[in-house]
Amino acid sequence: MSSTSQLVHDAPAEKRAASIIGRGNKEGNRLFREWYQELTTAPERKEHSAYVFVMGSLAEIMRSFDIHTIFPEVNGLQQAVRHVADDYIATAEDYGFSADVCGYVKADVGLQLRGGDHPMGKIPPPSLSVYTNACNTYIKWAEIWERMYHIPTFTLDVPGTRAAGRLTWPGQVDFENDRNYVAGQINEVIQLCEQVTGKRFDIDKLRQAMSYTNTMSRKWKRLLELNKSSPAVYNAVTDGTVFLGMMNGYRGRPEGAKYFTDLVEEMEYKAANGIGTPFEEKYRLAFVGVPCYPIFRRFSEMFTEWGGSFVGSSYLWFASGGANLGYEYDLDHPLESLAEGLLVTVRDSMDSMFFSDKNLIDMIEPYGIDGVVYHPVKSCRTVSTGLADNRRAVMEATDVATLFMESDHMDKRVVSEAQLKNRVDAFFEGLATRKHRRASTGAPQARA
Amino acid sequence: MPRVLDAYESMSVDEAIGMCRDLVEDPDFPTVKAWRDAGGKVVGHFQVYFPEEIVHAAGMLPFKVRGAPVEARQGESHFGSYLCSILKTSLELALSGRVTLDMFVSHPICDSARNLAAVFGRNFDYPCEILYLPQNANSAHASTYLRGEYARLTREVEAIAGRSITTEQLRASLGVFNENRRLLRELYEIKRDTPWLLSVDKAYCLVAVGGMIPREEHNQLLAWAIPQIRKGSATPQDRMRLVFAGGFCEQPPLDLLHTIAQFSYVVDDDLLIGLRWITQDIPVGEDPLGDMAEAYLESSSYSPVQHDLRKPKEQMLLEQIKAANAGAAIITAAKMCEPGLDEVVAYTKALDDESIPYFVSEFEERMTNFDSLQIQLETFIENLLFA
Repeated sequence: MSSTSQLVHDAPAEKRAASIIGRGNKEGNRLFREWYQELTTAPERKEHSAYVFVMGSLAEIMRSFDIHTIFPEVNGLQQAVRHVADDYIATAEDYGFSADVCGYVKADVGLQLRGGDHPMGKIPPPSLSVYTNACNTYIKWAEIWERMYHIPTFTLDVPGTRAAGRLTWPGQVDFENDRNYVAGQINEVIQLCEQVTGKRFDIDKLRQAMSYTNTMSRKWKRLLELNKSSPAVYNAVTDGTVFLGMMNGYRGRPEGAKYFTDLVEEMEYKAANGIGTPFEEKYRLAFVGVPCYPIFRRFSEMFTEWGGSFVGSSYLWFASGGANLGYEYDLDHPLESLAEGLLVTVRDSMDSMFFSDKNLIDMIEPYGIDGVVYHPVKSCRTVSTGLADNRRAVMEATDVATLFMESDHMDKRVVSEAQLKNRVDAFFEGLATRKHRRASTGAPQARA
Repeated sequence: MPRVLDAYESMSVDEAIGMCRDLVEDPDFPTVKAWRDAGGKVVGHFQVYFPEEIVHAAGMLPFKVRGAPVEARQGESHFGSYLCSILKTSLELALSGRVTLDMFVSHPICDSARNLAAVFGRNFDYPCEILYLPQNANSAHASTYLRGEYARLTREVEAIAGRSITTEQLRASLGVFNENRRLLRELYEIKRDTPWLLSVDKAYCLVAVGGMIPREEHNQLLAWAIPQIRKGSATPQDRMRLVFAGGFCEQPPLDLLHTIAQFSYVVDDDLLIGLRWITQDIPVGEDPLGDMAEAYLESSSYSPVQHDLRKPKEQMLLEQIKAANAGAAIITAAKMCEPGLDEVVAYTKALDDESIPYFVSEFEERMTNFDSLQIQLETFIENLLFA
């Protein structure tokens, strides 16, 4: 069963289903608009805003100083899905940026040059920018704001995994070296926030924000696990993008903790009742890369029309800032734990981009994956550089079908819908043949 | 270990530079092969900076991996479309067996390079890793962290070398590399003060060969060549003095540099800046790793791939132009090089503000046609000379 109408058998159950199913997307959209409205009106209230990024936003520290977090990647995504990104990109290219520079960066430059006018509201200028090195372009991006606004910027440098599978842990000399470095920088960020806001650091406010993040992380991990259900209870690409927006925009806030608590309740309900997405699930897919936002709906339909259901996505790992680990801070030792948590989760974000082949191989069986879709994008070399090689490794280790197709997540000049569709159609025809062959030979089937 | 360079002492300096040029352009890296054939081990380190002293102290050859002008027949299939060439050709060198490594190290200089260690790691059995040079150069904790990271690297290198590295060996290596950096500074002084004696392409050959031979040999070569270059008979010509920017990672073809040299004096540049990253002698003290870490942060040059609030890159470029008494700049970026392309915007706006003329171009290590570039450059320089 995969549609809601097939499930409901009695009035109370029908009522409960109606109140739960779809709540996550509806609430997510509502809260998201509220969030943008908050940002729009922040200057009127003389509130500070920080430009931050999704991989290691330091939202908990920002919350403790009542600093709004603004995510240029989220702004860019919204510009693309609302089909206005090309105007902003053109503004940035007129300013001097090359066609080969990240579309997110250019959409933001265009936004800044237009005084923050954005389809979701008015983006205030930054009081500061704080970002990690999870993506090198974050650093180059912040340099642009330095030049535009002469604001303080802070690179919170989080050393990543040095080689595939070589993770270090507390007590090991290399982990402690990294942790001490991150901890030292956290103190420096706090000092910077004190200078910018004129407020004293309040550790209890930090602890409170971390507590909300703990709930969100715990629920996020559970959310990802729940898509082992067959049929999948959400589409990891389309619904997942809504969830990611909430995870980042509301990180460290009570609304975020409640949202994810409710969302998990919804998905658990769906899993328990065999309720899937609105589309019939024939093939279970993993997505690797960044979605094609300029044609987001159509991009998704290319798969759902064939019964392709995205049950997992590396995007939900790295763009959640490593929330997939479900890491929870030790609230008795907030600063120490924040350093450890940042190190472990941002490191995991990076691993999900550079070394994700192992994780993908590991998810194939438990998630019943029939195919892995690689979608490297021109704009993002962080995510995309290693994907062709990653695919080779996955294909060598498993017999799962894979699709590799390139476009962009911002720049529609690089998106050829017809070419993408051709590739997707051929992929599904191959999947259908595989399925048929396996059925006729009695070979084990994936769960779908 | 045996000497890997052919005897050059009886050559003219131009012949010796020609020999270096052949080596720099040879995608089979014969000096690295000779080192291996003699039983030596090789650690390949991707651009930009690498603490080569640590590898040297272990008795191994630090080899600067900077791509090559080769077709990436195998390497291409491991990458997507929208990436710089140096990634693909660097992998190609290893996949095709042109160079055999015992270890590969890349750095978080850019989003692509960080992926490279993972790509190598999936394709080769030898250790492939990222050396996390600090990206917050302004943190009070960066130096301590980097010392720890160098200690970690030292342990990795020791495991490959099969022996431990003593403090004394590290100090000795620091001495060798301090001498190398001093000689390179001298070479650049010649370019700056008497550019008619040393063109940018010739200087490049002399510098670049250092990344593929034992550094003691490089020191001997430079110590032999520099006095002869100084004694050169070329006379000054009425040429524009330029600073070249954009060669910090992927390298422009030598023919491109030669084309530029035909019309101008390149009096400073950022070509292979990693070999010249440390701008002063590193103190040879009790804690060599700590001294190296400190020097990386405090006595270093600048590049688009290092963020340091003390060194705004456009300001550094302006200072570089001023220090070199240059009248214009050539601002380039390798195709698909995000940091380089980002910096072009900042550089050109700063140059506009200062009314310093500049020429903007992109390049690729594998490009072979320079006719169009030559005409454009010639026009640019004529416009300046006859303005």
